[in-house]
Amino acid sequence: MRNTNFTETQFERVLKSGRFAITAELNPPDSADPEEVYRAALILAGVCDGINAVDASGANCHMSSLSICALLTKVGYEPVYQISCRDRNRIAIQGDILGAAALGVRNLLCITGDDVSAGDHPGAKAVFDFDSIQLLRTARKMRDESMYLSGRKITKSPDLFLGAAANPFAPPYDWRPQRLAKKVAAGAQFIQTQYCFDVDKFKEYMRQVRDLGLHDLVYILVGVGPLRSHRAAEFMRSKVPGVVIPDKIVERLKKTPKKEQQKEGKLICMEIIDEVKDIEGVSGIHIMAYRQEELVSEIVLESGFLPRPIKK
Amino acid sequence: MKNFFMIFQEFLYDIAHNFLKPFSGLFKKNSVVEKILIGLEKVGKGAVYNCQMCGECILHSTGMVCSMNCPKTLRNGPCGGVRLNGNCEVKPEMKCVWVRAFENATQMPKYGSEMMWIQAPVDRTMKDSSAWVNIYQEVDPKKMSNWQTEEDNLRLQEMWRVE
Repeated sequence: MRNTNFTETQFERVLKSGRFAITAELNPPDSADPEEVYRAALILAGVCDGINAVDASGANCHMSSLSICALLTKVGYEPVYQISCRDRNRIAIQGDILGAAALGVRNLLCITGDDVSAGDHPGAKAVFDFDSIQLLRTARKMRDESMYLSGRKITKSPDLFLGAAANPFAPPYDWRPQRLAKKVAAGAQFIQTQYCFDVDKFKEYMRQVRDLGLHDLVYILVGVGPLRSHRAAEFMRSKVPGVVIPDKIVERLKKTPKKEQQKEGKLICMEIIDEVKDIEGVSGIHIMAYRQEELVSEIVLESGFLPRPIKK
Repeated sequence: MKNFFMIFQEFLYDIAHNFLKPFSGLFKKNSVVEKILIGLEKVGKGAVYNCQMCGECILHSTGMVCSMNCPKTLRNGPCGGVRLNGNCEVKPEMKCVWVRAFENATQMPKYGSEMMWIQAPVDRTMKDSSAWVNIYQEVDPKKMSNWQTEEDNLRLQEMWRVE
């Protein structure tokens, strides 16, 4: 099992203490300037317990997640390092995991990744040497058994808090909770879900998750985020893989005057947070505010989640 | 009808397995027997399941749907990109391999629950070799560096739910 010499991460500590946890996504820059990362992180760091560094989300090229994590740990922020299976094979991924741990990165989110066809380089070669569950299992092996997938020894194992993604809003709905069980068995300790805009569907998903007893084994953070406008909502649900936004939310934004739409989007987001936070088995929220980082702090503040637990 | 069709496929799988077992001593890597089996698998499984000849066949554990037809070649279930109509994120005109796999598996009383197994990463050196030879030669990936024990998989299988 997990080496007891390992210390908990701040994010892990908050979850274990039973406090409602908050993570947020940092929009990766298209720039070689570290200041752009720090500017975005500065807004997020005070209001959340972990900052997700995305791995070329939507298959669009950005600064790499490992480099963002390195910049963040350098100044004492706590990153959640996202690794997708799209761009790297098992050799590169295992090397990156060791490197990340050496840089002080502790939280790892293992995801399959959007296909290259969704992004700005649709002609790229998609790798998918691992799937997300195999990636999780391999990371757990590196941590718990101090060895690579090949069986070769690692002298100092990486100290990792392992996470995975879940999308309760995509078919086959009835199998999604069972697939979560596979992820937990493979090593997932926390889960960050896809955007939740359909609370009823999420409640049903959580009921099935509780039936399987998974809520006792894994911390679940619900993905939420403010929609900037009805156009943004239409774009997201048609172009971003896996995002489901019910008509009634798009209609509500459409009926709102253009200038007020961003405010309405924030309001919808806060209403959803208010509903999901009391569902049994929900341990926190994961806020994804694409290019609206300034809204994250407002949402956290106005939802009454401040101050955040003090970092040790 | 579908129910019957899936049970029939399970039956065929068992027959093939039992029929081949006594000859498994002949199943050697790079032998003539392997060449013949490769031919049979390519033509037979190719025609019925669009087999991609990964050499590590897990068809009966994935609802008799070849998971290597998934554009992301996922082995453990669907990604989060499945469209609302159940079609693939990458190929919008194609039904998601895993949506099909799940639908089929719920109709398979014997092997359906093997959908819960945690499948090991594919050994790419097995490509275009005979899965039957590999199974009987025990170059089975599940045995690779204690990937997943039988007990672990059994515990997961208990979580299999068919409404």
